[in-house]
Amino acid sequence: MTPFVDIAFLILSFFIMATKFKPPEPISITTPNSVSSQDLPENDAVLITIDSTNRVFFSVLSEKNKAIFDQVIQKLNTLRTLNLTNAQMANFKKTIAVGVPFASLGSLLDVPSDEQGKVSQPGIPVLDTLDNQLVWWISASKEVFRDNQRPLKYLIKGDGGSKYPAFEAVMAALKKNDEYKYNLVTSLENAPPNSALDVANRRGKSGGK
Amino acid sequence: MSSIDTSAGETGHKKGPGVKKAKKLSTRVDMTPMVDLGFLLITFFIFTATMSSPKAMDLRMPKDVDDPKKQNEAKESGAMTIMLGKGNQVYYYFGQLKVDVGVNNFKQSTFKGIRDIIIDKRKEVMGRHVHDLGSPESACKEMQDRAKKNGNPDWETACLDRDFVVIIKPDVDATYKNTVDILDEMTINGVKTYAMVKILPQEYELIQATEASGGIK
Repeated sequence: MTPFVDIAFLILSFFIMATKFKPPEPISITTPNSVSSQDLPENDAVLITIDSTNRVFFSVLSEKNKAIFDQVIQKLNTLRTLNLTNAQMANFKKTIAVGVPFASLGSLLDVPSDEQGKVSQPGIPVLDTLDNQLVWWISASKEVFRDNQRPLKYLIKGDGGSKYPAFEAVMAALKKNDEYKYNLVTSLENAPPNSALDVANRRGKSGGK
Repeated sequence: MSSIDTSAGETGHKKGPGVKKAKKLSTRVDMTPMVDLGFLLITFFIFTATMSSPKAMDLRMPKDVDDPKKQNEAKESGAMTIMLGKGNQVYYYFGQLKVDVGVNNFKQSTFKGIRDIIIDKRKEVMGRHVHDLGSPESACKEMQDRAKKNGNPDWETACLDRDFVVIIKPDVDATYKNTVDILDEMTINGVKTYAMVKILPQEYELIQATEASGGIK
């Protein structure tokens, strides 16, 4: 029995080490598949989420440097004169994702982060081209990351069922900030056999240059 | 519950009469509960393990240029426009849109069918390509040199498909999944030049009419 138990504990330690717990998500998103195999950046990025009902959420990913969160919300506060209190701004770094218009941002940040899941968030208004509020979120983060001399990546995580206009509006907000390169969050799928990409991949693997 | 037999064997030497046998403390521990717990943890971690981590797909958008003179122009012979509509339907035409009676190049397809259409069109454009390596300002030569430098084994054909341009136009009913799928199709088929553009009202009307007549929801 001993070798058997040994193997069992080996498997156990493998799973303990390999498991990475999913961060809690305010909204459940089913991402579409793509053949892209690039890994997702986890730091120095902003994540724009589009859920299946076309609501847009914004979050900053900066686990290593928590000060960024405070700077972003302070920047936004001054850019848009939102009159947020210090307590509200301090709560931003615990907030997983913001999906409310500026008018109700204060009341969202009044709620403790573990109860924000119960607050109904209508999504950041983006579809109105004259009042695309995502523009300000992006410009605030862009400035903060530039001041910190950190590169900033833009992740767009859309639900497969969301409609194109929401995605287009998100890109419009990014374009207004002169940002033209984005990363779309997808799940991996294999390249179809014998397609141009598949052939190129196989040749790359076999070492033939 | 089973337990490991830990009692020392009764085979020890007799120490003679009157000598009390010192009670041997066993060094072996009953491992069953630990193993039980181990398996419980294994099952827990197997179930919670997320094996497929999310991936990132690059997307580069062009700058919005208002001046029509500065806009990139695609050669009509090598251009293909793909439009996305409701119900995972794909519409496409080559070159310029013609919808007069008799000449109608507005066609309908699906995500399964569009791959072959892209491949065929690409082959056709590549077949028509004429090397203009003679002229010093040849863009073709430049592309070949770059491909050669990057160690591309197909450097000689690197510029064959430079006239092939796919224009992607999702309409308001297209889903995000459709958009990602068609962008993915570009990567799969090795289309180097593609652009995502806003749909024209005329094209949208055509899709609406096709959807209405085909009963696509």
